[in-house]
Amino acid sequence: MLEKMNSVKYWALIGSALLLSACANTNTGTVPDTPTEPVAVETEEPVVASPPETVDVETVMEDPATQSSLDMASGNSVAYFGYDRYDLSSDARAALQAQAAWLQTHAAVKITVEGHCDERGTREYNLALGDRRANSVKNYLVALGVDPSRIHTVSYGKERPAVTGSGEASWSKNRRSYTRVN
Amino acid sequence: MRLLKLLILVTAGFTLITFAVTMSAAARIVVDVNRGHADPLPIAVTDLVGSESDIISGGSVKDYGQRIALVVKANLTRSGLFRSIDSDAFIRSGIIEENLRNPNFDNWKAIGAHALMNGSISLQEDGRLKVEFRLWDVLGTNQMTGLRYFTSPKNWRRIAHLISDAIYKRMTGESGYFDTRVVYISESGIATKRVKRLAIMDQDGHNHIFLTDGKNLVLTPRFSPTAQEITYLSYHNDDPRVYLYNIDSGKQEILGDFPGMTFAPRFSPDGNKVIMSQAYKGNSDIYVMELRTRKIKQLTRHTAIDTSPSYSPDSRYVTFNSDRGGSQQIYVMDSNGKNIKRISFGKGRYSTPVWSPRGDLIAFTRQYQGKFYIGVMRPDGSGERLLSESFLDEGPTWSPNGRVIMFFRQQPYDNKGRGGETQLWTVDLTGYNERQVITPLDASDPAWSPLIR
Repeated sequence: MLEKMNSVKYWALIGSALLLSACANTNTGTVPDTPTEPVAVETEEPVVASPPETVDVETVMEDPATQSSLDMASGNSVAYFGYDRYDLSSDARAALQAQAAWLQTHAAVKITVEGHCDERGTREYNLALGDRRANSVKNYLVALGVDPSRIHTVSYGKERPAVTGSGEASWSKNRRSYTRVN
Repeated sequence: MRLLKLLILVTAGFTLITFAVTMSAAARIVVDVNRGHADPLPIAVTDLVGSESDIISGGSVKDYGQRIALVVKANLTRSGLFRSIDSDAFIRSGIIEENLRNPNFDNWKAIGAHALMNGSISLQEDGRLKVEFRLWDVLGTNQMTGLRYFTSPKNWRRIAHLISDAIYKRMTGESGYFDTRVVYISESGIATKRVKRLAIMDQDGHNHIFLTDGKNLVLTPRFSPTAQEITYLSYHNDDPRVYLYNIDSGKQEILGDFPGMTFAPRFSPDGNKVIMSQAYKGNSDIYVMELRTRKIKQLTRHTAIDTSPSYSPDSRYVTFNSDRGGSQQIYVMDSNGKNIKRISFGKGRYSTPVWSPRGDLIAFTRQYQGKFYIGVMRPDGSGERLLSESFLDEGPTWSPNGRVIMFFRQQPYDNKGRGGETQLWTVDLTGYNERQVITPLDASDPAWSPLIR
C-alpha cells in the first residue's frame, strides 16, 4: 500500500521534470500560474567600523592587606595607654580585638607593633616602657589567636610622638601602640 | 673625620714644658670651688704679646695671642669661680713685653685684680707656635705658675684650654675640665619626624663636627674613659641596638647579638666593659659585656624595668634606675649584681643616675609635680640637693673633675605647636652658675669626655 502510493508520486515527479526540461530546452517563457510571494526587505543601519573599546582590568579582591585597610578596620591601628602604664584598658582591648579580627582574615600579613610614650619621662626609661607597651599588645593579639611569629615589636620611647604639643591632650595621643603592616 | 684625626695626631706631638714654678710662698689666694659663686676671684687676663708682622694662616701671631686670651677669659668666667676684669680698665704700661717677667703689681692691684695672667706668643722656624704664660699672685707679688707650649697654629684653641686648666688647677687645687670635648645628639626638624645625629665638639662648643648623617635615629652617646670611642644607641635597620663608634677611624660596630633591644650603654671606668640594658619580651634587665672577649653577663633578673646603669669610679658598685618598688627610683648594687639597695626616697620619680668621677656624688633626674630637676645625692642617698629646675631637664653628665654637670633642657610646646627647643646647659655644684652651651642646632644627650691627654 505504501509502495503503491510512492510509485504514483514517483511518476508524477518524473512527469513534471520532463515538462520542465522541455521548457528549458525550447527556451520559451512560461509564467507560473501562482504569483510569487512578496519578499520582505528590511533596511539595516549602516555598519561603522569603530575601534574596540578599552577594558579596565582590576584584580578581584574585596579587602587588600594594606595599612589603610587595617587602619579602617581598627580605628587607625592604635591602642592608647595611661601615664606610665602598659596594661590594656577596655578601649585598648576593643581596638586590638578589631586588629586581631583583621589579622585572622589576612593570615599572610606580618606586622610590627611599635610602642610609644609621651615626653614626660626620661629617655631610657621610656625606651623600656615603650617595649613593655609593644609587648602587652603582642601578648594580647597572641591570646586572641594571632601567630606570634607574625608579630615583631619595636620601642621608640618618646622619640616619635604622633602629635606635637605639651599638655595632657597631646600626651594622651602619644602614649600608644601602633600596628604597622610590614 | 680627617680634621679629627689631624687633631689627635697633633695632640700626640704636643710638647709641654713646666718652668719656674714658684711654690715657695704658700698660695695666699685660694678659690673655693664650693662657694665660688658668692665671690668670684677677680683676675686680669692680658693678651699674649706677639708680633704683628709674623703672618700665619688666619692672622698675625699677635691676633692669635688675643684669641687665646679671649678663650681663656671665657673659660674662667663660665666656671663661675673667676671674674675676668675688663681689659679697658688695664693700666697700659702693665702689659708691655719687658714687664712680662716683672709685672707692676701696684698697677694690677689698683684695678682690683687678685691674680694676673700674662705671656707671649711667637712663631718658630718649624712653623709651630711657642706660647708661654705666667700666673701671678698680685697681692702676694709672686709667680704662682708658668708653662710653655709648642703646637701647630691650627691647634691654638687647645693651648687656650690647657692654660685655663693650669690656672684653674693652681687656684682651686683641683684639676680643670676645659681641655675636654662633648659628644651629644644634634636635633633638627619637627617633633614627629625629628632628625638626630651624633656630633662632637670642644666643651665650649667650638670645633664642632657631625659624626653621623641623620639617616638612622641615634640616642644616648657616652665617651670611653680611656679610648677615642663612643658607645651609643642606633636604630639601624629599625632594630635599636647598642653600637661602638671609633672617633679616629669612623668605624661603627654593633655590640653583641642580643635577641631584644639593647640600650642605655655606658663604659666601665677602665674602658674594658660596656654596661647596658636589654629589653626582651617586655622586660628590661641590666647586662655587662667584656669588650675584648665579648662575653655577656646578666646582672639583674627582675620583672621590673632596670635601666640607666652607671659604675662607681672604683668599679665596685653600679647605680641604676628601677621601678621594682612601684615607681622609678635609684638603686645601688655590687658590680656583680648582688646587694641591691634603694637609695632615693624623696617624692616623685628618680632616674638617670650617674656616678661622679670623684665618687662622692650621684647625679640624677627627678620628676615631681609636673617639673623636672637635675640633682645630686651621696651614694648612700643622703644629702640630696637639686641644682636645676624646668619643664624638662634631663640626662646629667659630669665634667671630669666632678665639679660641673651638663644636661639638656627642652622647652614646652605652646598650643600652636611652637616651642620644643632643646639645648645643652651646664650648672656647677653650687647650683647658681647655670649657663647654656651654644650648639649649631638643637641638642640633647650630652656626654662629657675625660681630660684629653
